[in-house]
Amino acid sequence: MLLSLVTFAPLVGVAGILALRLFGKADDPKTVNAAKWIALTATLADLALAILLVVQFNPNDPGFQFVEEAPWFAGLNYRMGVDGISVLFVLLNAFLMPLCIVASWKSITSRVLEYLIAFLMLETLVTGVFCALDLIVFYIFFEFGLVPMFLIIGIWGGARRVYAAFKFFLYTLLGSVLMLAAILYMIGTTHTSSIPELMAHHFDPAVQTWLWLAFFASFAVKMPMWPVHTWLPDAHVEAPTAGSVILAGILLKMGGYGFLRFSLPMFPNASQLFTPLIFALSVVAVIYTSLVAFRQTDVKKLIAYSSVAHMGLVTMGIFSGNAVGEQGAIYQMLSHGVISGALFLCVGVIYDRMHTREIAFYGGLVNRMPWYAAVFMLFSMGNVGLPGTSGFVGEILSMTGTYRASTWTAILAATGVILSAVYMLTLYRRVVFGTIENPKLATITDLDWREVAIFAPLLISTLYLGVQPNSVFNLTSASVDQLVRVYQAAIGG
Amino acid sequence: MDPKLLVTVILFGPLIGAATAGLFGRRLGDNLSRGVTTGFLFLSAILSWVVFSQWTWGGLQPFTLTYAPFIHVGNFVSDWSFRLDGLSAVMLVVVTTVSSLVHLYSWGYMADDPSKPRFFAYLSLFTFAMLSLISAADFMQLFFGWEGVGLASYLLIGFWFHKPTANSAAIKAFVVNRVGDFGFALGIMTVFWAYGTIQFAPLFPMIAGSVGHGWDFGSWHFALVDLACALLFVGAMGKSAQFFLHTWLPDAMEGPTPVSALIHAATMVTAGVYMVCLLSPMFEYAPVAKGIVTGIGAVTALFAATVGMTQNDIKRVIAYSTCSQLGYMFMAAGVGAYQAGMFHLFTHAFFKALLFLGAGSVIHGMAHEQDMRRYGALGKYLPITATVMVIGTIAITGLGIPGLELGFAGFYSKDSIIESAWRIGSAGNPMAYFAFVIGVLVAGLTSFYSWRLAFFTFNGHARWTSEDLEHHWHNRDHGHDDAHADGHAHDDHASAAQIETHSEPESAEHHHLPHESPWTMRLPLILLSIGAVASGFFFHEQFIGEGRADFWRGAIFNLPSNHALSGEPPTLVLWMPLIVTLIGLFAAWYVYIRREGMGARIAARGGPLYVFFYNKWFFDELYQATFVRAAKFLGDLFWKGGDQRIIDGLGPDGVSAVSVEVGKGAGKLQSGYVYHYAFVMLLGVAGLLTYALVAWNA
Repeated sequence: MLLSLVTFAPLVGVAGILALRLFGKADDPKTVNAAKWIALTATLADLALAILLVVQFNPNDPGFQFVEEAPWFAGLNYRMGVDGISVLFVLLNAFLMPLCIVASWKSITSRVLEYLIAFLMLETLVTGVFCALDLIVFYIFFEFGLVPMFLIIGIWGGARRVYAAFKFFLYTLLGSVLMLAAILYMIGTTHTSSIPELMAHHFDPAVQTWLWLAFFASFAVKMPMWPVHTWLPDAHVEAPTAGSVILAGILLKMGGYGFLRFSLPMFPNASQLFTPLIFALSVVAVIYTSLVAFRQTDVKKLIAYSSVAHMGLVTMGIFSGNAVGEQGAIYQMLSHGVISGALFLCVGVIYDRMHTREIAFYGGLVNRMPWYAAVFMLFSMGNVGLPGTSGFVGEILSMTGTYRASTWTAILAATGVILSAVYMLTLYRRVVFGTIENPKLATITDLDWREVAIFAPLLISTLYLGVQPNSVFNLTSASVDQLVRVYQAAIGG
Repeated sequence: MDPKLLVTVILFGPLIGAATAGLFGRRLGDNLSRGVTTGFLFLSAILSWVVFSQWTWGGLQPFTLTYAPFIHVGNFVSDWSFRLDGLSAVMLVVVTTVSSLVHLYSWGYMADDPSKPRFFAYLSLFTFAMLSLISAADFMQLFFGWEGVGLASYLLIGFWFHKPTANSAAIKAFVVNRVGDFGFALGIMTVFWAYGTIQFAPLFPMIAGSVGHGWDFGSWHFALVDLACALLFVGAMGKSAQFFLHTWLPDAMEGPTPVSALIHAATMVTAGVYMVCLLSPMFEYAPVAKGIVTGIGAVTALFAATVGMTQNDIKRVIAYSTCSQLGYMFMAAGVGAYQAGMFHLFTHAFFKALLFLGAGSVIHGMAHEQDMRRYGALGKYLPITATVMVIGTIAITGLGIPGLELGFAGFYSKDSIIESAWRIGSAGNPMAYFAFVIGVLVAGLTSFYSWRLAFFTFNGHARWTSEDLEHHWHNRDHGHDDAHADGHAHDDHASAAQIETHSEPESAEHHHLPHESPWTMRLPLILLSIGAVASGFFFHEQFIGEGRADFWRGAIFNLPSNHALSGEPPTLVLWMPLIVTLIGLFAAWYVYIRREGMGARIAARGGPLYVFFYNKWFFDELYQATFVRAAKFLGDLFWKGGDQRIIDGLGPDGVSAVSVEVGKGAGKLQSGYVYHYAFVMLLGVAGLLTYALVAWNA
């Protein structure tokens, strides 16, 4: 029951806001304010439930916990459950959502109620993706999750929002169609849609190849992997700040989660077969997109490209086939969720004040915004993977894991640690250091209390995860070890 | 006192200081921030000497104190810990002594800087990172400290963030170090997969058994331990500014001078040497890697000395000198005389910090002029600074009498390196012999550039006027005003510094003469000059003499066949360094005192060798033309060609006709969708829940 509660609790907020809409005027400041508080309460309540879930979670059990099963309609079943991997993402999602609501407190001024509803819906759907233990249920959550994001970009986005929203939709939908075909085929041949049962089912290697590719089409777009990444920078640039936070923080993780939940356990032989492809694409992602990031003139676009590069390390680690690499990949996803979310919020801070993301517009912010400079520095260092921040742990482990599987891949990917320093420090220097040359910046103000309240939890998480990663590994290790064991047994390794 | 408690206080004291000054500095005010950080550092320094004397004379045994787990994934196990052994005991006193003196010095040097809490917070943060580096018991904590000091270095080089040159230098330092860390990280991974652990204690005994194991890597065959050591050494090259990865160190002089003394001379840059010595149980079995270490060290020593001879910025000369001396330390480690390398690290910390802080005192006295061509005759105005600088110069040139075993600090450590190189070289190791030849040659060059600096600055005729100095004060104040808009009037500013210096207002004409520094700056200079004079004499017996095995107590490993430190070399080898040092001294005297102005004439003539040296062997130009340009070119190519033209062109925009149509239709994208969507969704969920409840009850 707890799992369904975590998943659907935000909908109570949706119902509350809908009720407000029925009884009040949508643009009445009182209604809007009440709606914000409802949304915040709902997301905070959901966070409390998610924490409860983690506390009650038994880290020694590698299997699925809190399993709920009920027959649905037309012979389908509603199945939910979490293991050590998915429970992390449930927590990450619940952690980021209240921050997004607070981050949008002032910056969203039109159609606020709808905006809040979209976020609450998104929270439910994303949690559902990570909890679903039934292919159909998973697919529904996975696909419906697109819609609120599509609307968030398309309605509350920037100037080219429609182009970006459709690009986002087109890419993700195309991948999903193939995945749907694969899902239908799997259910048709095995007569079950239960994920645990399918994980135990052995598909013929030839069939695995096709199924793997179909799932890959969907997950690679979501990650996103090179060369299907170009929707991401556009989506980020046009999305409102909170949309970017969720996009980078959570939605991208659905791809990596998909690889871990489906590709590896269900199609192990195909995974092994395609590992070189994954490695090649990952390396290209790291080097290519890092270099592209270096040349960006838009702060948000730079961070978006940096996300693609960081996700390259994740895919590598996932397909390394050893526990070190898998743990690294999972940790990298978690850490990236926090750090890139924080970086997009950093961009939001100056965008809210100046309404431009042009790097050249800024410069010398440290003179007026010392606290902002410190916060931005810390997250930049996290993004660069400095030891002591969460970014380091994921990077070093996923590279170490990959080194075992393919030394050349690890060597090439490790150049990313150099390139990330180049683009991140250059960005920081151009925006924050120097003297204020632009007269428009002469009165820019430092972080206010609301912004401090957003950054504080992110900052603490980045540092805590940087020095105490073991608290996470304790949670994940049983499930990851089992995943690796089963995978290795299947490929005869 | 319990040494475990002591080291814990030593380690975390600076962190507490840094956090206090960094987070609450503005509330606490300048004096409290400075006081807290400096106080913790002096506490750490005193306790470090307690631990060090317990180690040296009290028979303290090595121990490892574990605070908390860091990363535990399968065999990839790392803990937060404090490893105390001979090496870390030495580094403890080096780091905390220099750091505490630099903290004190900065009271005077940074007296008129508006961001004092930030500065002291960074200094203390650096010290914490450095201490966690030297106390690591496994590669992960080592790497944590390694990159942590890199962060502090980056922050401090760019401390004056309004200066574009400082910002560039900071980024360069970080990025070049990252190139080194790239190798370092790969080295760690190699070690992990080869030996199944990243902890030193279980790792080291395994090395001997792995000799002969190798990896085929494409068409190459690597001995495993050679490969690991070579990769790890790349990290050391970055941090210790060795040839190819040295370009960041001279630029790092953009940071405040106390920073140069602490980070870019005495402590951080020696981390690479420390790492190689720490890993002596690995390097001893890695002859190829040792050869690389020796060769790179020797080339760096030569390269940096040749460049240092031609530079005019006082700090850059000392920076190249540091680079060159680090080369010596690597030569020592490469030939297997790790003890000598560590000893040179130890003595060098004192005299190089002294030289830097002395240079800072000159710069302070000369209104932040750093060009030696505008110095001259300063000995008269800065008597104490001049005296300690001469002491430092004697120490670095290693003046001493080989027959009597009596001399300044550098004499013991540098000569021991040269002798070790000779011992190994004459036993048939060509790389070591090369190092020996270079070592002797560079001793002469060292003497030349060091005395050149001293003579050029303190002797001869003044190449400045009091108007110059006045001009400088004004420029500087303008700079400050622009940067901080803090409304300091020019006179306010200048006189604040003057009051700090002389404790009484100055008359107008005295106002713009070079002035000696306040006691907060003079005291560290005097203490360091004691080290520069005596640290060699006092400790050579323990570090490299007969008592060395007892002193290091297993922290440094030598193969039984390694005789780098035993055996008397021929008299000529013993006296050679002294001879070339005197030649260098004479040459410097001739060029800069006897025939004053000759140096300027040589520079003006611009011979090819001079141009080559003066432009630092054109490394910056080379890297700019290759790596930097390539990165920009590829970035643009991938972005505009790859992403926009090819991927988007063939992909989503290829169906642009469609998307334009869609776009038109979607222009009407309305929030009404959200309601429909939410409504459908809620209906669905309600239906689902109802159904589920019914089904459950059934």
